[in-house]
Amino acid sequence: MYVAVKGGEQAIASAHRLLAEDRRGDAAVPELTLAQISGQLTLAVDRVMAEGSCYDAGLAALAIKQARGDLLEAIFLLRAYRTTLPRFGVSRPLDTGAMTLARRISATFKDVPGGQILGPTFDYTHRLLDFELAEPGEPEPAEPVRPAPDAALDEPVPRVIDLLDHDGLIETEEPDAEQGPVADVTREPLDFPAGRDARLQNLARGDEGFLLALGYSTQRGYGRNHPFAGEIRQGEVAVELVPEELGFAITLGEITVTECQMVTQFKGSATAPPQFTRGYGLAFGRAERKAMAMALVDRALRGRELDETPASPAQDEEFVLSHSDNVEASGFVQHLKLPHHVDFQSELVLLRTLRGAGASGS
Amino acid sequence: MSGYNFAFLDEQTKRMIRRAILKAVAIPGYQVPFGSREMPLSYGWGTGGVQVTASVIGPEDVLKVIDQGADDTTNAVSIRQFFVRTTGVRTTSRTDEATLIQTRHRIPETPLAPGQIVVFQVPIPEPLRWLEPRETETRTMHALQEYGAMWVRLYEDITRHGQVETAYDYPVVVNGRYLMRPSPIPKFDNPKLDRGPALLLFGAGREKRIYAVPPHTAVRSLDFDDHPFSVEAWDRPCAVCGATGVFLDEILVDDKGGRMFVCSDTDYCARRRQAGGGDTP
Repeated sequence: MYVAVKGGEQAIASAHRLLAEDRRGDAAVPELTLAQISGQLTLAVDRVMAEGSCYDAGLAALAIKQARGDLLEAIFLLRAYRTTLPRFGVSRPLDTGAMTLARRISATFKDVPGGQILGPTFDYTHRLLDFELAEPGEPEPAEPVRPAPDAALDEPVPRVIDLLDHDGLIETEEPDAEQGPVADVTREPLDFPAGRDARLQNLARGDEGFLLALGYSTQRGYGRNHPFAGEIRQGEVAVELVPEELGFAITLGEITVTECQMVTQFKGSATAPPQFTRGYGLAFGRAERKAMAMALVDRALRGRELDETPASPAQDEEFVLSHSDNVEASGFVQHLKLPHHVDFQSELVLLRTLRGAGASGS
Repeated sequence: MSGYNFAFLDEQTKRMIRRAILKAVAIPGYQVPFGSREMPLSYGWGTGGVQVTASVIGPEDVLKVIDQGADDTTNAVSIRQFFVRTTGVRTTSRTDEATLIQTRHRIPETPLAPGQIVVFQVPIPEPLRWLEPRETETRTMHALQEYGAMWVRLYEDITRHGQVETAYDYPVVVNGRYLMRPSPIPKFDNPKLDRGPALLLFGAGREKRIYAVPPHTAVRSLDFDDHPFSVEAWDRPCAVCGATGVFLDEILVDDKGGRMFVCSDTDYCARRRQAGGGDTP
């Protein structure tokens, strides 16, 4: 005899207990501390802060611990917390030209004023498993990052792209008026066509894997724009706010960001001469792959502005911006796990009717 | 719950959502964009419905939450617990006791009453989405009331299969103006949308849209004069309570094709059994 299933409540509570136990793992192994996560899994923390749109390494570490290392789940946890926070104001634009550099490279010139600074990069490591890492140990001490010998200490290192700017070979970029309102994709629904502010915000919190694949697709001919990595820089920048009651800027603190300025080809249009154009990427923390992919996609999405006909997925604003968010995507894909038996029953009834009609030859 | 506002959302956010709801009520069937927030539940689990409920719920409300017509499915339990935790309101499984009903995929069998609010969880709010993927296009089509593509689709279904091939989320026209998706309720429930006494609110969190069918508003399921709209029917009553003319779930009882049909609305079924209907277990 069929008995209506009761006990969803009990099942959920049991599932949560199982989850907590699985998260803790073997009790004989010491539990992870947040300091270990934020100190040693720094790139995971950076990704969670970037796509979680919340610069707080401690909270990101907590989210990673709670999510058992599932970064998308951790991003979701941080987002759901972030959305409850009050909004105090809008900071001044970051001055990445004044960044305290930890890394800075340009692929477009052999040497640039301020020099090339490799910094802590995986780029030239040989991807051989280091079996010595299996046991605790201390690495050799490293030299601190120093600017090139000819650069004056404490002087900001100019951005490579600004050097091109002086020659008029790259499109000029007019800064928006600082007083103007800035889009906020976390508070307002996205509207199309989207402004560049909304687009860059969307991409900055967009899924790294999604942007990587789209950026890659432009390199393989689906919306090619001949990119060069004009400059990638990583380091600390000050966040400044002008409180209304003070009328001048105060520094709230410093954050680590990665910025990528992509220089891309442009054949010119009816109104613009042939020149280099720009794609821009910026992400919290050390997130070079993300910043580069973002810059490629940003450039690909500038078709309307540059009079290019969009023909590829990466150039399609609605397609890209509507599907970049991994919290939304992960939720909607996984909601297929929820019961759908009412819809399915409707489909069954319909299908049986259609088959019945088919059998009777109508 | 300490540290959070009543019903989780801060009052500024509630005000923004209530404004969207008011606009939705003023323009029946029109999809109002709103600043949907991340909720502590996953997108796809009913975040739009949860935000609408959180914005209209008060301490005096009595809440009922159903999923697939049942009060005890896991997601219904989870959402009900969320509101118990964040508001402390009284909950019920009885449709006639509830002032506020959040639902996924069903409208209760027990007729709704004036003053009740039903909140639907909506995955894809745009009725034209499978015909035109672009939001810029579909908004224009709504503005111009250009619904020819949908009529052609229905017509093609009928010429090919003898009937419309949509079993749930069957398109409706609200108040003679806007084409609307009733959320994935079976078309069996569509007639309950028409000129009902309750306020029907639809929330799509991921897609950031809210729309509404106010009480006593005409809701017409699309059809043709020679192919009138019809709903699912079963050739047997509920195996538990004996009800007919209700939506039945099919339960597989063995691996040899054995099956039985029971009410999808668990509250309706339980109350009929209490009243002595069917073979009492």
